[in-house]
Amino acid sequence: MKPETVLNADVRFTLNGKAVAWLGSPAAPLLDVLREGFGNTGVKCGCREGECGACAVILDGELVNSCMVAAGRASGAEIVTIEGYKNTPGFEILDRAFAGAGAVQCGFCTPGMILAAACILRNNPHPTTEEVRKGISGNLCRCTGYNAIVTAILAAAGEGEGKW
Amino acid sequence: MSISESVIKTDHKRKITGEALYVADYPTAGLLFGRLLRSAKARARLIAVKPPELPSGYFYVDKNDVKGLNRVHIVQDDLPVFAEDTVEFIGDAIGMMVGPDRDTVEELAGKVTVEYEELTPVIRVEDSDTIFVDYHYDKGDAEKAFREADRVIEEVFETGHQEQAYLETQGIIARPEGERIVIHGSMQCPYYVHRAVAQATGYRPEQVRVKYDTTGGAFGGKEDYPSILAAQAAVAAIKAGRPVRVIFDRREDMEFTGKRHPSKCRYKAAIKNGRVTAMDIDVIYNSGAYITLSPVVIQRGIIGASGVYTIDNLKVRGRAVKTNTVPNGAFRGFGGPQTFFAVEMMMGHIAARLGEDALGFKLKHIAKKGDVTSTGGIHHFPVPLPAMIKQVCEACDFKSKREKYNTQTGTKRRGIGISLAYHGAGFTGRGEHELIKAVIRLHKYPDGRVEILTANTDMGQGLDTTFSKIAAGELNISLDRIIVEPADTDRVLDSGPTAASRSIMVVGELVRRGAARLRDEWREGDEQVIEEHFKEPDFVIPFNIKEFKGDAYPTCAWSVCAVEVELDTITGVARVLDACGSYDCGTPIDRRILIGQMEGGFMQAIGYASMEQMAADSSGRIRNNSLSDYIIPTAVDVPGLRCLLHEEAYPAGPFGAKGAGELPAVGGAAAYLEAMEQALGGVPLNHIPFSAENAIDILEKRGNAQ
Ligand code: FES
Ligand code: FES
Repeated sequence: MKPETVLNADVRFTLNGKAVAWLGSPAAPLLDVLREGFGNTGVKCGCREGECGACAVILDGELVNSCMVAAGRASGAEIVTIEGYKNTPGFEILDRAFAGAGAVQCGFCTPGMILAAACILRNNPHPTTEEVRKGISGNLCRCTGYNAIVTAILAAAGEGEGKW
Repeated sequence: MSISESVIKTDHKRKITGEALYVADYPTAGLLFGRLLRSAKARARLIAVKPPELPSGYFYVDKNDVKGLNRVHIVQDDLPVFAEDTVEFIGDAIGMMVGPDRDTVEELAGKVTVEYEELTPVIRVEDSDTIFVDYHYDKGDAEKAFREADRVIEEVFETGHQEQAYLETQGIIARPEGERIVIHGSMQCPYYVHRAVAQATGYRPEQVRVKYDTTGGAFGGKEDYPSILAAQAAVAAIKAGRPVRVIFDRREDMEFTGKRHPSKCRYKAAIKNGRVTAMDIDVIYNSGAYITLSPVVIQRGIIGASGVYTIDNLKVRGRAVKTNTVPNGAFRGFGGPQTFFAVEMMMGHIAARLGEDALGFKLKHIAKKGDVTSTGGIHHFPVPLPAMIKQVCEACDFKSKREKYNTQTGTKRRGIGISLAYHGAGFTGRGEHELIKAVIRLHKYPDGRVEILTANTDMGQGLDTTFSKIAAGELNISLDRIIVEPADTDRVLDSGPTAASRSIMVVGELVRRGAARLRDEWREGDEQVIEEHFKEPDFVIPFNIKEFKGDAYPTCAWSVCAVEVELDTITGVARVLDACGSYDCGTPIDRRILIGQMEGGFMQAIGYASMEQMAADSSGRIRNNSLSDYIIPTAVDVPGLRCLLHEEAYPAGPFGAKGAGELPAVGGAAAYLEAMEQALGGVPLNHIPFSAENAIDILEKRGNAQ
């Protein structure tokens, strides 16, 4: 990432439960800040144009495509990436469900999918199949054809009462 | 436990936690970033290329820096690593700018001035004057059959580009290490990359090391292209004396890397007593600006041009022609999806012209065990299509729906279609025997763990897991005692590319044989190494590529797909209501992994037929170069998709398994289009992708005619 000339505009936010400060440009895409500034390489870059969902993270409880969010918008926010989410009880359930359904092929969409699933289930612990499909429709997966992912999320819903 | 019983994939944990390292995830400290300078013209002579004044630490790299041969070896020595006197498509690589700061590199690359002398590009296949390859073959006596025919039916079918759209774009890092160059990145075939890098750098083979990183999908798209990119990155890294990383952004990847070849196929069928007695088939694939994999792609295309049917008399021609557009390459199915689409539509249309039911007509022509194949080989094994057709028809109530949808009113019209396909498992012809000559090793450590050493890669299809299961199954030890590390040419011999649905059937069988030997020779506490070499199965009739005679494939994987659509006749938009496929890939090595492969591939086939549209404009530029302009299916597009298995064990494959990965991409498109035909009231359709605009055109024409 390009060294910034203006360093006074540091952006403070919480990343996976820890207070951090970004000293670079507030205009930098959050995606780059997370990957390169903070080493959260589980946040994937599939398009950089808001079309694929591989870069999805949770910002104040909402799923966002981090490539479309300027670092400045993270100011004061709470951000969760897969690096943090993997230590939660919700992850454990999703992990088991994804493993059991064979929902991970190349894995490039997976961190984004998991966070999308977490948001779906937090807002709606017992979603219908259609709601799950709609909920992940912003996350592209070229490998699976989506069935296994949908099955996994529904299975997690059945198991995860109150864990989201 | 049966081998087919599913296990948790061995790569699951590191992927789901985000810990798996893809090439873009390596620390960038000390790396130089590379940006390709690409031709802005579809065809031109290069008069002068002037890089700007470069700050220290920045390098401009071009053909003058190629110390070896300035040709990337794919099927043959082919495109230049960096352009020489001419550029042949928009995007042809002229040079590369490298340096420590990405934005500066970008800026400097933009300042290179290129003086072109423009030449008239060839964009359309019809205008091409360069035929890269031209194959012919015959079976029986087609001329006689045409002379004696009751009637002759002729049609032309066309298919478009299809972009692999793997979610991780292409990326390579080249690291000079003393006298050596180390390459790692996203790829299917480390030894292809190895050869290409050695040739471009002029290094001896032992000076080149290639490893693959966790690869985020490939589908054929990372079969040949990484050889090109690695050769370029290696040349740049050697010049700079520093590691160089090149990772494409999505637009660069979509616009300039190889895709599925667009095709135009002319079919002429001779009909006698209600049966097809001969076909005269002329297949043309748009190769783009360079040859790349086109010869082998078109071989597969024409061998399969008569589909799953036994047609006694054939006259087949296949050409790959040059245009000044992006060079096409491998995409799951590898030349098969184009001709299988064409022949399935053709058979349906013949049936309609004869007043017969399409499926019934197809059933009369389906190959059976013992039949002579298109190339004069033998179907050595049972052809399970009739049972699979029954399975699919029952699963989606095909016959009654097909009947019912013949009479419809209202603005929403439904249709259902079915298509049959095979995929010849493994390399075409004698490729395995003459070119690849696969070798694998098993390394047993004193503690009783066994490492599988192959050059094959897991790009998501689950190969690490399935290989492990094969070895563990044969050795009768637990899965956690099997080790599979990412292929590294310093550690593994060349077991061939991860392509052609060969990995399990061919390499997996070597793993199984090696494991069986190790089991017999097992010495507790010792270190042991077992090596296995490919051997062509005894029953195979050796294939002669000059005449296209013999067994093109030892066996086939079979599929039956049905697709049901609902067309909104006001908007032209079609919704897929049901998509049901049955697949025979032999005994599954892991049923869940296999189903996952089939579902993903079937989805790609539906995308291919419907929404995935990409074309070059008259200047040769591809405009659909982003995921907003090139649409691939999302989770809401085909909610009803389901895949069934038919398990017909193949005796020469490990535990009865045969080729799998490509099969689901081959047959689905025709089922979609046949369903659209019915929804449109029975009009014969002949091209894919078939868009809402295409549907509207037909509806309007009909409206005007009424
Ligand atoms: S990388 Fe952000 S949506 Fe694709
Ligand atoms: S698993 Fe490969 S993109 Fe989803």
